[in-house]
Amino acid sequence: MPLDGAGGATRPLLEVEDLARDFDVSKPLLFRLLQGEGRRILHAVAGVSFSIPRGTTLSLVGESGCGKTTVARLVVGLYAPTRGSIRIDGIDMATLRSRAAQAPVRRRIQMIFQDPYASLNPRWRVGNIIAEPIRAFGLMRDRSEIEARVGELLRQVGLSPKDAEKYPHEFSGGQRQRISIARALSSDPEFLVCDEPTSALDVSVQAQILNLMKDLQQRLGLTYLFISHNLAVVRHMSDRIGVMYLGRIVELAPGEALFAHPQHPYTRLLLEAIPDLEMTGRQRTPVGGEVPSPIDPPSGCAFHPRCPFANARCKAEVPALLRRGEVEVACHAVAEGRLPA
Amino acid sequence: MPSDAPGVELQTSAPLRAEARRMGRIARFLDSDLWYSFSRSPLTVLSALVALTLIGGAVFAPILAPHDPFDLATLNLMDAFNPPAWMEGGDPRFLLGTDDQGRDLFSTIMYGARISLFVGFCSVIFAMTLGVTIGLVAGYVGGTTDAVLMRIADIKLTFPAILVALLVDGLVRAALPRELHDRVALWVVIFAIGISNWVQYARTVRGSTLVEKNKEYVMAARVIGLSDARIMTSHVLPNVMGPVLVIATLNLGFAILAEATLSFLGVGVPPTQPSLGTLIRVGNDFLFSGEWWITVFPGITLVLMVLSVNLLGDWLRDALNPKLR
Amino acid sequence: MPLLEVRNLRVEFPTRRGVLTAVDRVSFSIDEGEVLGVVGESGAGKSITGNAIIRLIEPPGRIAGGEVLLSGRRIDTLPPQEMRRVRGKEIGAIFQDPLTTLNPLYSIGRQLAETMQTHLGLSDREARARAIKWLEDVGIPGAAQRIDAYPHQFSGGMRQRVVIALALCAEPRLVIADEPTTALDVSIQAQVIALLKRLCREHGTAVMLVTHDMGVIAEAADRVAVMYAGRIVEIGPVREVVKQARHPYTEGLMGSIPSLTRRVERLRQIDGAMPRLSDIPPGCAFNPRCAKAFDRCRADRPELMPTQGASRAACWLYAENGSARDAA
Repeated sequence: MPLDGAGGATRPLLEVEDLARDFDVSKPLLFRLLQGEGRRILHAVAGVSFSIPRGTTLSLVGESGCGKTTVARLVVGLYAPTRGSIRIDGIDMATLRSRAAQAPVRRRIQMIFQDPYASLNPRWRVGNIIAEPIRAFGLMRDRSEIEARVGELLRQVGLSPKDAEKYPHEFSGGQRQRISIARALSSDPEFLVCDEPTSALDVSVQAQILNLMKDLQQRLGLTYLFISHNLAVVRHMSDRIGVMYLGRIVELAPGEALFAHPQHPYTRLLLEAIPDLEMTGRQRTPVGGEVPSPIDPPSGCAFHPRCPFANARCKAEVPALLRRGEVEVACHAVAEGRLPA
Repeated sequence: MPSDAPGVELQTSAPLRAEARRMGRIARFLDSDLWYSFSRSPLTVLSALVALTLIGGAVFAPILAPHDPFDLATLNLMDAFNPPAWMEGGDPRFLLGTDDQGRDLFSTIMYGARISLFVGFCSVIFAMTLGVTIGLVAGYVGGTTDAVLMRIADIKLTFPAILVALLVDGLVRAALPRELHDRVALWVVIFAIGISNWVQYARTVRGSTLVEKNKEYVMAARVIGLSDARIMTSHVLPNVMGPVLVIATLNLGFAILAEATLSFLGVGVPPTQPSLGTLIRVGNDFLFSGEWWITVFPGITLVLMVLSVNLLGDWLRDALNPKLR
Repeated sequence: MPLLEVRNLRVEFPTRRGVLTAVDRVSFSIDEGEVLGVVGESGAGKSITGNAIIRLIEPPGRIAGGEVLLSGRRIDTLPPQEMRRVRGKEIGAIFQDPLTTLNPLYSIGRQLAETMQTHLGLSDREARARAIKWLEDVGIPGAAQRIDAYPHQFSGGMRQRVVIALALCAEPRLVIADEPTTALDVSIQAQVIALLKRLCREHGTAVMLVTHDMGVIAEAADRVAVMYAGRIVEIGPVREVVKQARHPYTEGLMGSIPSLTRRVERLRQIDGAMPRLSDIPPGCAFNPRCAKAFDRCRADRPELMPTQGASRAACWLYAENGSARDAA
């Protein structure tokens, strides 16, 4: 539930309500006619609601096909929602039609991508890549001013101002991610959407980038929407965590609570599946089954085929996200008190 | 797959790179993989030399040619049908002999090559511009626009290029009065050859655009809110141009040949600006009466030009192919 | 006698600008039925080591020195025909991407049967029956029906199970698994690792498990070798290395992995990056990034020396009889 929108101070920076996105993955018309098939719709995001208070980090975590990347792209405006609303600092994005109207909001929200090798244009110099948002939003005109700002940004992310002359291929994966972060910061945003920013990096480099992101958050008062499939990383970075499965949020809770007392059976499964690096000798029982295809999801609660606590109601009815204190869970078993603690 | 250190790559170390920057751009080019692959292939170097010679000769024809074949005052019918200088009856003034009007064949070939190259280059540039634009728009915008543009391309492909060129040329010829046609004939030929050749560029660029448009740097540009046109030209275009250069080089050979074919058939460049094809046609009449040099030498020049350009294009394609490195 | 013994293996890649040494004097051994994890970040040389053992290094790369012995017999010098027989029959391989490992044009039953007929000389019927049994063993539901299905009709996790079956069906004594679970979802990873462990235990197959994921190592391996810049920097029983890493790089690596149980403000980070192969510093390859480096580290390359229990580390800190010395 979004926080009470009394005034600007307590208003969350991002509010998402019943957000949904469908993709038409039908075969071309001719094939459909010849094979007598209907349309196929992929429900990538099937109704998601959450809010992010200013200066905090919300993570969305889940396995492939859960829709977390699609949510990130919806928030940032790369896709238009099929249904639902996105409010940034109270402004409903749907009301902004023209590019000119959207520009002031776009300036405040930027994105960092997963693949360090594809997220920088290989033909552009690093300096121009970082300066592009500045030029696009018309924040500065003077060349030397822009150069100085780019140098400052490079230093902020741990690189040298002289690196602005180089091309992306001269840098390693971790350094490229730093350049991506510098680009994201150049328009002076308040909100960063981070789509698996360290998944393609080595563990030691990941540590550097995560530390950098936390430092920047503290120094610049940034708000993060952090997407990842790695629960440990998510635990390290987040204030609150949303677990997604097949396009819906199944559990939304503060970080500590999620790991100490996971409620939803899928959350429990995920935590069980993580390897035991502490070597506690914990006995793991990997739950069987795989994530079903989002084109043809199971009826009712999408998790019911793999859930040890599923009953008839779970097969028929989609559970709503219910709030209990600080934790929101979408599970009939939890609502009915059938789940062991 | 995580990666930070690039592993086994052909990368110079920091000291070497710093040295390279100090050396300046020409030195860096000489140090590059492209030059390395070029200098290692004798055939390519030879082709490059031949091509450069021919192009140099053609471009600087007004300065280099020993005679001006178009200056009617210097022509003397008594000089007609001289065999090449090294043969019996040859005149050292006319290295490769003379034609039926007394024109020095060597000079005529140089001027002819000039026209051939001019038409070739211009038609390639025209085809490239048209094809790249269509491919870029089709690939980026997608949907119905893509389908329509690609169907047009498919239809165009069902017509052999020469036929299209003939058609266009014939139509224009029929539409315009004689004098007007002669003045614009050169541009009509360029247009005709260009319009018969753009599909290759369009398809390649469309394919590359489809790949690039899903990459995250394009998404980053969209997040900033840049217009589609801006993203296409400043972000996608530089990344899809690579194969275009190779196609252009290979196409140059074809364009030159196409022009020669049209001129040989009599529907190409006007007779006042004879190209190699025109020369070959003119000389063809005399081939069997013994004056073989009038057709053979322009023919050899044409072959050398097209062959060297094609070989250069082959090398460029292999050198720029990342999978073969 | 260990099943596999690698002695001073060196793999080089000649380039225009000089020779790059991707694997530099690496030595280790694997006993029968043991699971050795080889862990390292990208560029450390762990995949190349695995490829070198089964002689799948692409030219111009080549094995430039050292020996690889399988049950005491040298296999690095075998002619290609012989090596092909060793590959598949005695050493199996599992690679990261199941989609490219399986031939999309043949049914999985046919690929399994073909492998078994080639290496075990079974008849058509026997091979098919065994193929069905293998599919059941790896947990493919409805094996008898799905045996004629094609790879693209399976999900990622199922495909990797088929690849495991394919690697094990010729009853090899050693399997080299190169990042077998990296491309899979977390919950599937757990299933596949458990499967691999169980099957190898049942058939007595040794495994060389190459991965960048320390968690997978902790779950599946008996011993682990940590690689850095083409060298092994630490090797020992998994419990010892993971819980009490001795080499500064391994310590840094373990510290930089976010923990599920303890929440820290900042992760331990190792500044800098792994050196490029053309730029490996003299002495210990890790010395520029090591907080505990001293003069000897910059001059001499350390060999593996005992540190605790059965572990060894290539670090001058442990030069005197295995006791840790203070940084000079």
